[in-house]
Amino acid sequence: MITVLLAIFLPFIAACLVPFIHKFLTGRRIGWFVMTVPLFLFLLLLRLVPSLSNDAVYQYTFPWIPSAGVYFSTYLDGLSMIFALLITGIGSLVVFYSIFYLSEREAIGRFYTYLLLFMGAMLGVVLSDNLIVLYVFWELTSISSFLLIAFWYHRKQSRYGAKKSMLITVTGGLFMLAGFLMLYTMTETFSLRELIAMREVIAADSLFIPAMILVLLGAFTKSAQFPFHIWLPDAMEAPTPVSAYLHSATMVKAGIYLVARFTPVFAGHAVWFYVVSGVGLLTMLWGSVNAVKQTDLKALLAFSTVSQLGMIMSLLGVGSLAFASSESAHIALFTAATFAALFHLINHSTFKGSLFMVVGILDHELGTRNIQRLGGLATIMPITFSIALIGSFSMAGLPPFNGFLSKELFFEAMLSLQNANLLTLDSLALLFPIIAWIGSIFTFIYCMVIVFQSFFGKIPEPFPGQREAHEAPIKMLIAPLVLASLVVLFFFFPNILGTYILGPAMVAVYPQFRTIEGLVPEIHVWHGWNMPIFMTLGVIIAGILLYRFLGYWKGVYRLGFLQWTLDRLYNAFLTFGERVGTLVTRTYMTGSVRDYVAYIMLIFIALIGIGLAGFQQFVFDFSNDAPVEINEGLIVFVMMCSSIAILFARSRITAIILNGVLGYSIAILFVVFRAPDLALTQIIVETVTTVLFLLCFYYLPEWRTEHKSRSTKWRNGLIATASGIAVTVVALLVQGHSLYPSISIYYETASRLAGGLNVVNTILGDFRAFDTMLEVLVLFIAGLGVFSLVKLRRKRGADQTEEK
Amino acid sequence: METLITLLVGVLVAVGVYLLLSKEMLRIILGTAILSHAIHLLLLTMGGLKKGDVPLLQEGAAEYTDALPQALILTAIVISFAVTAFLLVLSYRVYQESGRGSELRGQRDE
Repeated sequence: MITVLLAIFLPFIAACLVPFIHKFLTGRRIGWFVMTVPLFLFLLLLRLVPSLSNDAVYQYTFPWIPSAGVYFSTYLDGLSMIFALLITGIGSLVVFYSIFYLSEREAIGRFYTYLLLFMGAMLGVVLSDNLIVLYVFWELTSISSFLLIAFWYHRKQSRYGAKKSMLITVTGGLFMLAGFLMLYTMTETFSLRELIAMREVIAADSLFIPAMILVLLGAFTKSAQFPFHIWLPDAMEAPTPVSAYLHSATMVKAGIYLVARFTPVFAGHAVWFYVVSGVGLLTMLWGSVNAVKQTDLKALLAFSTVSQLGMIMSLLGVGSLAFASSESAHIALFTAATFAALFHLINHSTFKGSLFMVVGILDHELGTRNIQRLGGLATIMPITFSIALIGSFSMAGLPPFNGFLSKELFFEAMLSLQNANLLTLDSLALLFPIIAWIGSIFTFIYCMVIVFQSFFGKIPEPFPGQREAHEAPIKMLIAPLVLASLVVLFFFFPNILGTYILGPAMVAVYPQFRTIEGLVPEIHVWHGWNMPIFMTLGVIIAGILLYRFLGYWKGVYRLGFLQWTLDRLYNAFLTFGERVGTLVTRTYMTGSVRDYVAYIMLIFIALIGIGLAGFQQFVFDFSNDAPVEINEGLIVFVMMCSSIAILFARSRITAIILNGVLGYSIAILFVVFRAPDLALTQIIVETVTTVLFLLCFYYLPEWRTEHKSRSTKWRNGLIATASGIAVTVVALLVQGHSLYPSISIYYETASRLAGGLNVVNTILGDFRAFDTMLEVLVLFIAGLGVFSLVKLRRKRGADQTEEK
Repeated sequence: METLITLLVGVLVAVGVYLLLSKEMLRIILGTAILSHAIHLLLLTMGGLKKGDVPLLQEGAAEYTDALPQALILTAIVISFAVTAFLLVLSYRVYQESGRGSELRGQRDE
């Protein structure tokens, strides 16, 4: 399917082109080129939406490493479509916004290259069917996120944040890969489609729980779930368009995607429910409580993103209970939770995206995003204020904004746990809605903080900005305005979204419940005086009261146990790792080349030793040995003596002559062993070598006796002896075991095949002529090296470059 | 005969490795040369020694010695010569440039 392939590869191609096009479209104008990519893809994908709601799917498979079960297979269904639309849609707006956000002085080309790289990788994640391909794209999003966070790499905080996000998400990704491999051992397939079909096989396997936990670890690290959320606030060092795009709308939702994708595989098991919804709810509470105390608007939004992601995660957990239910009425009750999750996913992207853009505008216009230095901007920046109001109130769950609808669905889903009689939930059924409710109150409070502390109250004196504050240019306001209008639009027409976008996605998550009544529920703005509406009213009342008296209870945050943060744990762990690593490395990286040679030899000996230790048949077969005649024995004896004598040679000339003795003795041995060609070559080569030695010897200083300590001598001697023994033992064993017949007989047909009578020559010149040619090449290269080392000199007063 | 040569190979390897571990460049070069001698002998021994006649077909012998190791060794001799020559000239040049003798220096003084 060309559209899907295009969606994945077009951003990558564009990323490669950006540096070149940037030469013609200088400055920020390159942004217009970049924007066409997501916009085009968005429209292309939108065209497929109607067919998806008719149960069509788009599949394409291309063999990549078929022997390992890795196929480049893409798959577009309802669930992928939601994410793909978010990636391309929000992507277009963010690129548009960034054109005016970034200053001309920045490295704009680099920025857009990274952004497109991310876009392609993220589309790859949601459109791949093969788990290995998914994993590759998954890590690619981590890398591009790393590059974007460190965009202002001269700042220490940026580098810290980038490294932190990379370490946490990539580690999670590795766990996820381990989970995928476990799934492969169970099912022999990496295809998601086939995994879903083999649900029963997986559930029966003993690796079911480990694989599930590992996959969830990948999802939790990526989606900043407690306790891995600590990277997200530090990722806010990235330029604001990046925060709006990667760290609220798309990348952090990859974990949500993964959980939703794997729901048909793992859901139904109690562990899945407890972990997903438990961690989700805890994250929601933790994020919202921490958001209230932030003074930096971006940090506040980061914690609010953490909290909202937790909320979506917990909904997916509740939604998984549908697989454990038998009554169809209950099934619909729980699938509604997943519906709410997907609905809120879209809503969150709209209102959080617009809020980030608003904060970016404040930062851009005033030079600060510290709440304590902001105030009274409602009259100065009315449009910005309106957008912030819409975004915040939607996040707080107030009508008439889309956040209200999904918040109601959220409460409803949490309350539906009372019907989950399949799991032992009696007390939890009460606990879950209460935690959700408390989390929502804090959400409400920080939303009020955004609106009232930065836009109302006194205008602080002196005013933070260098120039007089005024409304942002309309070009910057267009993108957040589009998102804000979507926030309102989705409130009034939620069911268009429900039918065309969410419906197909629900079928993708619940393939076996496609016929169930109410899988895609109608969203009503008003559904009578029921429990959720009372909970919302409670949130509003409690929230307003707590916000009003924020000054009185804010001191709570200074309590000891809240001061203790996971950040410190992370930092301590990192410092510890670095220190231990340095310590260990220093002990063996001595910087002395001789030590490294010794390591190489020791490892060689150890490997052979281990190999021999597991070897059972020590057969030394001497029966085939040829007889030794006296003259041969004499030559061997001379060689042994002269080689050992080299070690004790006082002067260089003795050593060189002894080496010559060795070489010529070998030539004699070659004669004895019926190898005339070898003997001839050996004599020539040995002569030339000796001459060379003597030549160099003329230029080199007299060698000094080595002042080695006794222990070094012993160590070297031991290593040398052990190597000698290892080689001898292996060689003797080989002679005792003839596993394969010799292939040399073949070459005795040389006269017929190669037309030569000297077998050795035909091997070199005909059978293995290429080897010989390359050997000549080696000789040639060595000759060139010798020539240049002898002849080429740096000219006096010339530059560092060497020239003849 | 094979056993004897194998023992010789062991001695040569030990000597070569010991020389490789020393400081002086010339000793190291000698070490590589001796190691290659050892390996040539080892290769030849693997094919069996004195098992037949010279591998020249016009001799018309009943059995020939294994020609394959001989071809391998012929290649190896030439290559090891190239390596030795290069190393020698390298140490010569190092001495010329640094005037410090042909000792390899590490960070640690022994």
